[in-house]
Amino acid sequence: MSRPRPEPMQVVKQRRDAALTALVDSVPYIRFLDISFDRRGDELTGQLNFDQKLIGNPYLPAIHGGVTAAFLEVTAVMTLNWLHLWPKIEAGELDPAEMAAGKLPRQPKTIDFTVDYLRSGLPRDAYARATVARSGRRFASVRVEAWQDHKDKLFAQATGHFLMPQGGEKNDANTS
Amino acid sequence: MGDKTQLARQFIQAIPHAQELGLVLTEIGDGIAKITMPYDTKLIGDPETGVIHGGAVSALMDTCCGAAVMSHPLAPGGTATIDLRIDYMRAATPGQTITTKATCHHISRNVAFVRAVAVDDDAERPVATASGAFSVEAGF
Repeated sequence: MSRPRPEPMQVVKQRRDAALTALVDSVPYIRFLDISFDRRGDELTGQLNFDQKLIGNPYLPAIHGGVTAAFLEVTAVMTLNWLHLWPKIEAGELDPAEMAAGKLPRQPKTIDFTVDYLRSGLPRDAYARATVARSGRRFASVRVEAWQDHKDKLFAQATGHFLMPQGGEKNDANTS
Repeated sequence: MGDKTQLARQFIQAIPHAQELGLVLTEIGDGIAKITMPYDTKLIGDPETGVIHGGAVSALMDTCCGAAVMSHPLAPGGTATIDLRIDYMRAATPGQTITTKATCHHISRNVAFVRAVAVDDDAERPVATASGAFSVEAGF
């Protein structure tokens, strides 16, 4: 009894990166804010690429508090969705090529989101990482932290609750 | 008071990100502000339905709450968000403008407390509500 041969590394990487790219590229608002994601295995780090249009206080200058909130929320939803879909991507139930063509599974929906502003956001790139504290059949609770120059000096943190997509993949469950 | 309202109006309209979102300040004064955000496809969060991303609603809420603080008779200058909680009741209807009304209901020397509600064409059913604490700054 020998274990199955592991897949070649390039195949694994290509599948995971293609799935992530399909998820990120499908959302216009993520492109609008120019947020990109870095992947290490199943761990994601969001990167808010600085641009003048993200400024909220031109006198300081500082990143808009709403942009910070949005960046944290995008990172939280993407991380939650990614971990939720990971087993299906790995099992081959979700085809990255079909995802890229627009056949995407339903996303989690934000129920509430609370942002803690710790320092003003400087006019440069920012990074965020989310932790899924609990992901149940219906609800998930996610924490997310954002920093700029120093990982241990957060400029914002947030916590949010999300409604997970209900039923089968085809089920267009609506909460409203 | 007129000067302060004018100053707050100028400040809001000078925010690069507010311009980028197409925000329009329609009402301001005495701790109350109203801001609209037109529907734009670049703000879509769910490509299948065309619903605006919650993050864009957050940016609208945050701006409107800040404007409400600055317009309060007891606020000497600018403000920064300390914390903001947003509850999402339902998806905003694609194609419709989102209108936010924020009220600064209490202000002390250092902190201002704000509540806000966002609606689309169906003003009876809020899209989202927010509540937050903002700092009270001497200058801008």
